[in-house]
Amino acid sequence: LSVPPEIPKEDGRPKWDNKFQYILSCIGFAVGLGNVWRFPYLCQIHGGGAFLIPYFIALLFEGIPLLYLELALGQCLRKGSIGAWNTISPYLGGVGVGSWMVSVLVSLYYNTVLTWVMWYFINSFQEPLPWSVCPLNENRTGLNKECYESTAVNYFWYRKTLNITPDVTESGTLQWWLILCLATCWAIVYLCTIRGIETTGKAIYVTAIFPYLVLTIFLIQGLTLPGATDGLAYLFTPNLSTLKNPRVWLDAATQIFFSLSLAFGGLIAFSSYNPPKNDCEKDAVTVAVVNSLTSLYASIPVFSVLGFKATTGYWDCLDRNIISIINEFDLPEESIMRQNYTTWISFLNSSYPEKIAGLKLKSCDFQEFLDQSVSGTGLAFIIFTQAIILMPGSQAWAILFFIMLFSLGLSSMFGNIEGVFTPLLELRIISKSIPKELLSGIICLISFLIALCFTLGSGSYWIDIFDRYAGSLPLLVIAFFEVIGVVYVYKIKRFSKDVKRMTGRNLNLYWQITWRFISPLLLLIVFVAFVVLQIQKSPSYAAWNPKYEGFPMKEEKVYPPWVLAICVLLAILPCVFVPLVALFQLIKRMRRSKEPSFVPPEVFSCQGANG
Amino acid sequence: YTWDANEEYLFKAMVAFAMRKYSRKSTTQISNVLLCNVTDRVSFWFVVTDSSKNVTTVPGSEVEAAIRMNRNRINSAFLLSDKTLQFLKITSTLSPPVEPSTPVWLIVFGVVLCLIVAAIVFLVVAGIQQRKKKNKESTERENLEEKGEVTVENGIPCEALDLKAGHVNGVFAADDERFTSL
Repeated sequence: LSVPPEIPKEDGRPKWDNKFQYILSCIGFAVGLGNVWRFPYLCQIHGGGAFLIPYFIALLFEGIPLLYLELALGQCLRKGSIGAWNTISPYLGGVGVGSWMVSVLVSLYYNTVLTWVMWYFINSFQEPLPWSVCPLNENRTGLNKECYESTAVNYFWYRKTLNITPDVTESGTLQWWLILCLATCWAIVYLCTIRGIETTGKAIYVTAIFPYLVLTIFLIQGLTLPGATDGLAYLFTPNLSTLKNPRVWLDAATQIFFSLSLAFGGLIAFSSYNPPKNDCEKDAVTVAVVNSLTSLYASIPVFSVLGFKATTGYWDCLDRNIISIINEFDLPEESIMRQNYTTWISFLNSSYPEKIAGLKLKSCDFQEFLDQSVSGTGLAFIIFTQAIILMPGSQAWAILFFIMLFSLGLSSMFGNIEGVFTPLLELRIISKSIPKELLSGIICLISFLIALCFTLGSGSYWIDIFDRYAGSLPLLVIAFFEVIGVVYVYKIKRFSKDVKRMTGRNLNLYWQITWRFISPLLLLIVFVAFVVLQIQKSPSYAAWNPKYEGFPMKEEKVYPPWVLAICVLLAILPCVFVPLVALFQLIKRMRRSKEPSFVPPEVFSCQGANG
Repeated sequence: YTWDANEEYLFKAMVAFAMRKYSRKSTTQISNVLLCNVTDRVSFWFVVTDSSKNVTTVPGSEVEAAIRMNRNRINSAFLLSDKTLQFLKITSTLSPPVEPSTPVWLIVFGVVLCLIVAAIVFLVVAGIQQRKKKNKESTERENLEEKGEVTVENGIPCEALDLKAGHVNGVFAADDERFTSL
């Protein structure tokens, strides 16, 4: 009689090599481009340090509870999003399908943003950087007109990279250089996700840790730049009066929600590969806290660099004025310096006002330079690239910066692709004989072909549309149904028993209250506020039109009706699966109940779902 | 450096040099270049006289052309550039940005793409080889089971139980006999 000791139950499910890989994957998924280019912007426009208050409140009552819910769910049921929600209740299967749909839509456009990053990266090896000089016009008499009127950086972004059309309805042609970069990006994604978490688990060591290294380097470099302290002071000076504006609270709630990448199904997929007895409570708190701290950490170098850029812009403005004044009044060199500029200007204005007026000096206001706040792609590809030109050794800084952005985006892409890949693997439609490599190859190939639309001239307008409509509203709906589903359909008592089996602890009061009341309520409020704000103004977009009178300002245009229809479709499509599947299951059940051999559906629980 | 009479002398010399090179006569002397209205800003007017033609001034267009031809020599004499040494009414011609024959980005792109394709091919081939090996092993084991050479219990071959994964319980295995004798 010999009893074999714990040979693990072979259910054929892949698992993480170690716990660190799992935590790193979750952190990499949560920490993305938004931490670098959206959080600092929100801090800036919502009163600096004061924004941290609604941000941490939202983290406490919305972010961490929802994150714990998803991780516990995946670990308990050990299935991807579609399978997990089908297990919870057949009526809630639509939640899983909705998650899957959102992951598909977001993967499509997110990789195109990485394409732009890659394009800038491979252009950073040139000396001088191609976005620092304007090309000449055709007859070599002067600079290219579009470039001259805006700036070289703007020109490189809008013309050389995007080749943007003036209107969303004009599609333009496919840009071959973007197609090459898109193919490369999808090849990289395929390479890293070729065998599911076996390969992403190895790749994540690099893509999740490297951005922190680069952020530290930029932090050190940024703090040594002139004007960095002004930028930081501007960012962090709290202005508590902004807290009265409900918009601030809404932005904090949405930022936490989207920053943690909830409701994509990727987190459920990641935790489904865990061993059943894993402390997911500690994991959830760790991931959420690291994500927020990363946002804060990233905003320091971003704002040092922005402060530096504002300072150099201000100094350039001053220098140009000083040269004109010195030329006009024939004063000796270095008589007017930046420090005594204001005294000189007031003196000259009182003594020779007509001459000063004739010079047409531009008013240099430092605050105005600092106030130019941008978020999103504008921050990375226009503002930051301009600042990099001014730093010594700009090639190295550009290369580092774009590799960092690429790693940040790639680790988020892993989560998105897992959210698509894992449920497909579990569907019985896909037979076991298709090797994983082939399935991931097919997914990447189809996504590449669809994403070719984003390489058209109007591609960036479409990406904005996808980002605003597919990547925002459906997530709120799905998350709301997630919480309601687990707490009220699956019943929280059952879930706490499952959680106790996994973590060894009871659900304490904080989780009970947030799961039962606070988080669903918060989600509902945020959803309603979001919809109301969207409906209030007719959706418009800013177009880059060289023929516009106010060029280089962007032209405000309204979406034509067919584009609006697509926006609504994108927002509704994932959400509509929730009632659709419920209805479908109801009809199936009613039809089955008419037959005499009606068997009541089995009661699923975590124990039953294992193995 | 400070602007003094020596620098003015150098300037006159450079202008004379430019005029000589342009018109190819060796008659222009330093004394032909006259500076006036020198200000603290270091800005002044200058004229070039022609000593052979009754002390008249050389036309401005000739002077302009001469200076334009030798602009970079004049600049480097003073360690200045087009921006810091300005001749009013003489615009500098713009030099086109350097364009290498193959765009640099294509080269980098080629390198990156080759690396990625190589890695993908390697992983796919490794996966296929692993699958073939696993298939061969499982068919071998099935053959052995059919022949009865390997007993399997609970899906685990007994050899593995005996040798590696199992523990022999000393209490029951007294006398080194693991199986009861018949």
